[in-house]
Amino acid sequence: MERNSIRRVYVWQLPVRFYHWLNALTVTTSVITGYLIGKPLAIQLGREASFGYWFGTVRFIHFLAAFVFFFNFLFRIYWGFAGNRYADWKNFIPTRRKQWKEVGQILKVDVLQAEGKPIESVGHNSLAGLTYFLTFLAFLFQSVTGFGMYSAMSNAWLPRLFAWIVPLMGGDFAVRQWHHMMMWFFIIFSMVHVYLVFYHDYVEGRGILSSMAGGWKFIEKEVQPKAE
Amino acid sequence: MTDKRLTIWEQARLHGYSRRDFIQFCGWIAAAAGIEATGVPQVIAALDTKPRLPVVWFHFQECTCCSESFIRSSHPIVSDIVLDKLSLDYTETLQAAAGKQAEEALHQTMTKYKGEYLMLVEGSVPTEEDGVYCCIGGRTALDIVKEAAANAKAIVCWGSCASNGCIQAAKPNPTGATPIHKLISGKPIINVPGCPPIAEVMAGTIVHLLAFDRIPQLDGLGRPKAFYSRRIHDTCYRRPNYDAGLFVETFDDENARRGYCLYKVGCRGPVTYNSCGVMRWNNGVSYPIQSGHGCIGCTEANFWDNGPFYQHLASFPGFGIESTADTVGVTVGAITAVGIAAHAITTNIKKRRQLRQEIKNSDSPAEEKKGGE
Ligand code: HEM
Ligand code: SF4
Repeated sequence: MERNSIRRVYVWQLPVRFYHWLNALTVTTSVITGYLIGKPLAIQLGREASFGYWFGTVRFIHFLAAFVFFFNFLFRIYWGFAGNRYADWKNFIPTRRKQWKEVGQILKVDVLQAEGKPIESVGHNSLAGLTYFLTFLAFLFQSVTGFGMYSAMSNAWLPRLFAWIVPLMGGDFAVRQWHHMMMWFFIIFSMVHVYLVFYHDYVEGRGILSSMAGGWKFIEKEVQPKAE
Repeated sequence: MTDKRLTIWEQARLHGYSRRDFIQFCGWIAAAAGIEATGVPQVIAALDTKPRLPVVWFHFQECTCCSESFIRSSHPIVSDIVLDKLSLDYTETLQAAAGKQAEEALHQTMTKYKGEYLMLVEGSVPTEEDGVYCCIGGRTALDIVKEAAANAKAIVCWGSCASNGCIQAAKPNPTGATPIHKLISGKPIINVPGCPPIAEVMAGTIVHLLAFDRIPQLDGLGRPKAFYSRRIHDTCYRRPNYDAGLFVETFDDENARRGYCLYKVGCRGPVTYNSCGVMRWNNGVSYPIQSGHGCIGCTEANFWDNGPFYQHLASFPGFGIESTADTVGVTVGAITAVGIAAHAITTNIKKRRQLRQEIKNSDSPAEEKKGGE
């Protein structure tokens, strides 16, 4: 393929980039502190309780990250309606035949690495969009279960909103167990996500890796940006 | 069975309690039930003047530990009066009557006090094979519950069996043991879970019904908020150790001797709602955590299936007793890492031609120089 005429496209607006990195930070923090809450370190200090509070601090950081994570998530949903065509919510839910066709094409070219027509989406490709939709569901699940547990220790209105999940799942234990299991979705998603960004950057050379920093991607002149 | 329904006070007097004893009891039970001081006169007035509630107490799939707990309440009036056979119109384990007489007593109460009697249930109800796994007087528990519930004023479910199924309902639940709230609808149902529930919690629930003639405030799982709104963890005296990150690692280590938090040896306190940390057991002597053992979460649904008890998370279904979500997570993570590595390698093989071509096409000076030579 001739690739001599490349143009720059401004894909990720500042709010999207801001959301992305704040999300990365809060998820990483939540995973680390969450794991510690589930399996606290054996620091045998041999002290009296009144001299320490490290576990309380770990939990505090988890909750702090959780609140930021949650509102950041809400903001991203809003931006799915207010942002540019690449941020639009329709990228995440494949409602049109064309999107599903692209999913099949990506599975063939990028996952199975067979020969095929190169993928030419400028924003998220359809499979990535779909995957991010699943992560949004995971965000929702983690927020609901998290605030559901939090409602046991708070009378604030926000956690109260999610108290219903506890009887629905049959009790706090189940909520906790599911909340903990979902952590592994975040870890495994992150591994694959980071790898794929490197992969696309390497194979396609469109600057995907830096796009989340500066917002720009590079695309062949002939490729027309998609409708949304 | 006498026809005139005496008040609790009248019965207490017949039993030789003084007015002073009675007033003391009222104050004590009001406190236990979380009724504020200004409500005490109302409790006294109720027990003084209201004829006792007609009560039928059923026993189905259960071990009677709820009754056992109840009669060990720290105040004698509870067992003497509230539970005494005079107050109960029907209860399989304590009534003097047997057979036909007993069944008659039950029917009399149900017809005479239609819509007025209180139905207490201890035990779950089997539903498999048309409920043959629990029959009394030739009828299934399922039948009996449906009939009795139809005209009951309210239903109180004693213990985890009646509230959430407890051990009979543990997997694979061969008898189809079912808690009452899943069988009966359209009646006020109060769940008083625990294996067993604390005696004062049971007495407090009854007294609340008696004194205020209405259902106490319930939480999302139908439990009286006065007793089940806080977790064991919230009132646990070892809590400062939890916050300080001081944990018992094994039951025989130095930390156990120091009385550190039992979280890492499986304590269910953070996910269990009950008043053990406040009321304690056996007249306030102790409760499991005070005796050095973690909470097993006996008030919570499925606590038998959430084992092992000495592990923070439940074992993962289908992956053996020792594996938790973390073991499974690490395994899946490792497989993913291998998959990524494999994909990275095949990328360099399969896309080699394409990558080479593109490097050639690009106007990188290095390539140009090479091309120009
Ligand atoms: C990126 C998302 C998150 C991850 C990966 C995560 C992970 C975890 C993990 C692994 C635990 C320990 C569970 C255990 O084994 O006991 C935990 C506990 C908890 N998380 Fe999260 N969490 C996340 C988001 C949230 C959110 C949004 C909330 C909302 C408030 C939340 C609230 C809680 C609470 C209340 C606990 C129980 C802590 C305690 O009682 O000590 N989490 N989390
Ligand atoms: S012993 Fe159990 S209930 Fe008490 S603080 Fe530790 S985890 Fe919480």
